[in-house]
Amino acid sequence: MLSLNHFLVLSGILFSIGTAGVFLRRNLITILLSIEIMLNAVNLTFVAVGRYRLIVDGQIITFFVMTVAAAEAAVGLALVIALFRHRETLSPDAFTMLKW
Amino acid sequence: MELIAFYAFATLAVISSLLVIGQRRPMTSVILLIVSFGALSGLYVLLDAPFTAVTQIIIYAGAIMVLFLFVVMLLNAHTEDDVPKTAVMPHGAKIGVVLSLALAAEVVWALQRLGVTGFGPDQGASASISSVARIGSALFTTYAFAFEVTSILILVAMVGAVVIARREP
Repeated sequence: MLSLNHFLVLSGILFSIGTAGVFLRRNLITILLSIEIMLNAVNLTFVAVGRYRLIVDGQIITFFVMTVAAAEAAVGLALVIALFRHRETLSPDAFTMLKW
Repeated sequence: MELIAFYAFATLAVISSLLVIGQRRPMTSVILLIVSFGALSGLYVLLDAPFTAVTQIIIYAGAIMVLFLFVVMLLNAHTEDDVPKTAVMPHGAKIGVVLSLALAAEVVWALQRLGVTGFGPDQGASASISSVARIGSALFTTYAFAFEVTSILILVAMVGAVVIARREP
């Protein structure tokens, strides 16, 4: 019997995979992809809880999250292009000027 | 039957997501992420959300991932650079693995403790949330303001992307 718990646990696992990607990868594009994985995990939670409570709000907020993800991808990739043009690399270690 | 489909899609999503972060070629990562989004779309169908499943394919796999593919090809950065280990965080990767495993354990433990079982009422009631008409009427009445603000967000993102990525004059 399929239950809400299945979907919540799966989305928790996917979110952790996305977090691991942000921690581990040294490539700006892969880091952005990991953020997309995290956003999708949260979307799955919204839709599953909306199905559990029989309301459409879960699907509607998923729609908005997708819109925000599209905007974030556009601006993030523009930043990646601008950074690559300056340093000829995608490694986040090359962009530490504001760090210390 | 539903349980089998759930486990098939869940396994596909988890494995392809792991492969996304597990290898060094951005191109392969993007393709594998499209596979992961397809599996999630199947899960949305299992959740009686066909509208979300279709938008997942159209917006994520169709638009956002094509944008990523375009940038990966444009930048011509085939693999991850072999950067020397930074002196600041020599064991950064290990700490990252431990922290994400800790996060996974915490989240799964907390969600198991909720103890929710089943999916409430039967299939007949679930038809009410799978109708696109219900979603549309809620989107354009209750959430009309948020919907309109979204258009401003997209406009700002578009202008911002053009300005940021523009070649310096």
